[in-house]
Amino acid sequence: MRGRLLLAVPLLLLAIFAGVALWRLSSPPETVIRSRLEGRKLPGFSLPAALPARPTVTSANFGDGQPRLLNIFASWCVPCIAEAPVLLELKQRGVRIEAIAVRDRPEDVSAFLERNGDPFLGIGSDLDSRVQMTLGSSGVPESFVVDGRGIIRYQHVGPIMPQDMATIIAELEKAE
Amino acid sequence: MTRLMAALLLALAAPAFADSNLPPSEWADRQLPDAEQEAQATALMHEIRCLVCQGQSVADSDAELAGDMRALIRQRIAAGEKPEAIRAWLVERYGDWVSFDPPVTPLTWPLWAAPVVILLAGGAIAARKFRGRK
Repeated sequence: MRGRLLLAVPLLLLAIFAGVALWRLSSPPETVIRSRLEGRKLPGFSLPAALPARPTVTSANFGDGQPRLLNIFASWCVPCIAEAPVLLELKQRGVRIEAIAVRDRPEDVSAFLERNGDPFLGIGSDLDSRVQMTLGSSGVPESFVVDGRGIIRYQHVGPIMPQDMATIIAELEKAE
Repeated sequence: MTRLMAALLLALAAPAFADSNLPPSEWADRQLPDAEQEAQATALMHEIRCLVCQGQSVADSDAELAGDMRALIRQRIAAGEKPEAIRAWLVERYGDWVSFDPPVTPLTWPLWAAPVVILLAGGAIAARKFRGRK
């Protein structure tokens, strides 16, 4: 009897292996890479202005007692167009939005803002994605809620769509 | 109706990995003049995971961000930084995930221990078999 049972062990192992493989293949792991800097101080950075006539954004803009949204975007990024009206709406509600344009040229940034609206206070130009990496961001668009003490409170990966607005506003209120 | 269609199309659309209009960073695909530094940088590039093409290392990936990561690694090595310090800087931001050489933690130790355990178990079974035959 015991020998019979022992014979079934390899088959059982195979069944377990097949089961695990099927389970993992049918639900691939999360591919969104979140920044590990949530809850940590905004890293120091400074950037040249993306547009000559506009102020830039540096880490010194944050931590003045006012929560801010730091939006990472690019003129060549398609989801950023979808996000633009929501950012305008947030601005109308009094949200201070700073921006970083990744790998962008001034003429492209100004054309993008002309077409899609301009909700930004300052816009920095991150030509080699260096500041994007400093923030632990892995794509465009992404947004960070930074509280009045300069601590990153929340990261939103991907475009902020109308259904995300409540979360963003709640995080900004928590960050007062 | 149009809105619904647009939303549906958006939901079905595959993410487009759009590229910028800027050329690759200077050091993305250019070797460092110092051969030893270049060897250090290349070794690290093969162990850092691309954030865009997630199965690839930044050495293998054609994504722009991977190029910028190669440039970051080369410039920091050229500035005298140790490869492990650069790896730590990236892990601090993106988690252990970004490194193909995961550290030993309570979660990952079976990964390192399994080969040894399996080898010992196999050895023990084989030893018993051989002894039984005598």
